[in-house]
Amino acid sequence: MSNLEDLYREVILDHYRSPRNRGELATPPAIRVEGFNPLCGDEIVVYLMVEDGVLTNIKLTGHGCSISQSSSSLMSAAVKGKTLTQVRDTIIKFKQLMTVHETSLESSPNPEVVDVRTLGELAALQGVVKFPVRIKCATLAWNTLSQALDEVSG
Amino acid sequence: MINDRPITYLDSAASSVPPRAVIEAMSRHYERRHANVHRGVYQTANESTHDYESAREAIARFINAPAGANEIVFTKNTTESINLLAKSWGAANLKAGDVVLVSEMEHHANIVPWFQLREALGIEVRFIPVGDDFRLDLTTIDELLEGVKLVSVTSMSNVLGTVNPIKDLAQIAHRHGALIAVDAAQSVGHSPTDVTELDVDFFAFSAHKMLGPTGLGIFWTRQEILADMPPFLGGGGMITDVSSTGYVPAKGPTRFEAGTPPIAEAAGLGAAVLYLEGLGMDNVHEHEHLLTEDALSRLETEFDGRIRVIGPRDTIARGGVISLDVEGVHAHDVAQVLDQFGVCVRPGHHCAKPLMKRFNLIATARASYGPYSLIQDTDVLLEALTDAVKLFG
Repeated sequence: MSNLEDLYREVILDHYRSPRNRGELATPPAIRVEGFNPLCGDEIVVYLMVEDGVLTNIKLTGHGCSISQSSSSLMSAAVKGKTLTQVRDTIIKFKQLMTVHETSLESSPNPEVVDVRTLGELAALQGVVKFPVRIKCATLAWNTLSQALDEVSG
Repeated sequence: MINDRPITYLDSAASSVPPRAVIEAMSRHYERRHANVHRGVYQTANESTHDYESAREAIARFINAPAGANEIVFTKNTTESINLLAKSWGAANLKAGDVVLVSEMEHHANIVPWFQLREALGIEVRFIPVGDDFRLDLTTIDELLEGVKLVSVTSMSNVLGTVNPIKDLAQIAHRHGALIAVDAAQSVGHSPTDVTELDVDFFAFSAHKMLGPTGLGIFWTRQEILADMPPFLGGGGMITDVSSTGYVPAKGPTRFEAGTPPIAEAAGLGAAVLYLEGLGMDNVHEHEHLLTEDALSRLETEFDGRIRVIGPRDTIARGGVISLDVEGVHAHDVAQVLDQFGVCVRPGHHCAKPLMKRFNLIATARASYGPYSLIQDTDVLLEALTDAVKLFG
């Protein structure tokens, strides 16, 4: 069962059971973007407050599996209070972590591309990459955040 | 093997596992007699045509089609069969304001084609509600049938396992002057089927859910209805004559079979029918009934209420499809843990989103039985579910 423990690390289960930054923000001034995974029905709504180039507040609603929900919770904790440049950088790093490298027989994250030590708690999600069908669960919130940032920069 | 465990296949509602006889019939086609059907003069072409047409006869016998093989049209799958009904019969016989009555427990395959016809013709699509007992709520059926030209319902829900009273519905529909179509994908491979006795008008199902191969569906309707249905896809094989000024469509089922059909698949389906007839559909039904009864009672007693079955608790008019809602655990996570035990179940909305919405569910983990399922499969399922419940606390 070692693979399964790799996927469902304690940090992930903790964020699933006690999600951070749940709730809504008034729109406007916050912006609201919905993400949707039509295959499994997972939904996520991201509320963002951006002031002077800083993501001052983020709230999330929605429902889905432990991976999509913990990933969104971990994401909110990682980006809150950061500058938009830092947020974009984190998104890129996370997406790289979730990339299955075709050259690698073992589908594991490539340490040369992402230094997982810089990712903090987010590194707990690296086990997801061993379960390719679940990658879309982990990236749903991040794609939604990406879309929200695009709206901010208009 | 999956994750060093033998496979426990509990996904027969999605697709059944073909027996060796079916695989051999398809291999025999490709190895010994591969040729296109119809019009060939050489021996293998005749054999190919024979296999293809024999499958049509086998299916006609299997569902007791009153006028035999002339009423059996081969399609790609159940979905295409329902689309054939909507786009050929529906487009020719329905007009703005006419009502098609489906149910809240339909697969998207029996909803979307009617919505498409609504866009094209302005028909109304109405839904029979599903009660809290997971069965069709027929208390207002006479009102619901007002203005209805066609009732199109499933014989068995792919989510709930509910078996619908098709014969009664056919009677009521006919009394109101409506015809009745049945999405029989989930029932044909699991219990005896007799379209004559049911007194229905259209029947749609798939080979791969009755131990046959993928890529082959079946559409049945009564001969007199079929004779008046306009062609669906145009091309070779569906004509009597073509000239530079026009075409005359073929009579009979080939009118709806443009192009080279799935020949090896038909040979496989013929073998699947023989296999099921050998088992006896009453026996298959009884076997799956006992498995379902056992699983439902163990699910109820062994999990302290943490696992809820989304479907009828009683096993009268209920098939071997068991949808599970595990408290606090998303269906995908359930299925992921089960995969570690080699258990194949399906998580998701099962292409029945209106039904999921009706019960405020996002997804369920669905286990389903086939004729080859064993009580040991249930043992492994329950062992794996225990682990899933434990992991997510």
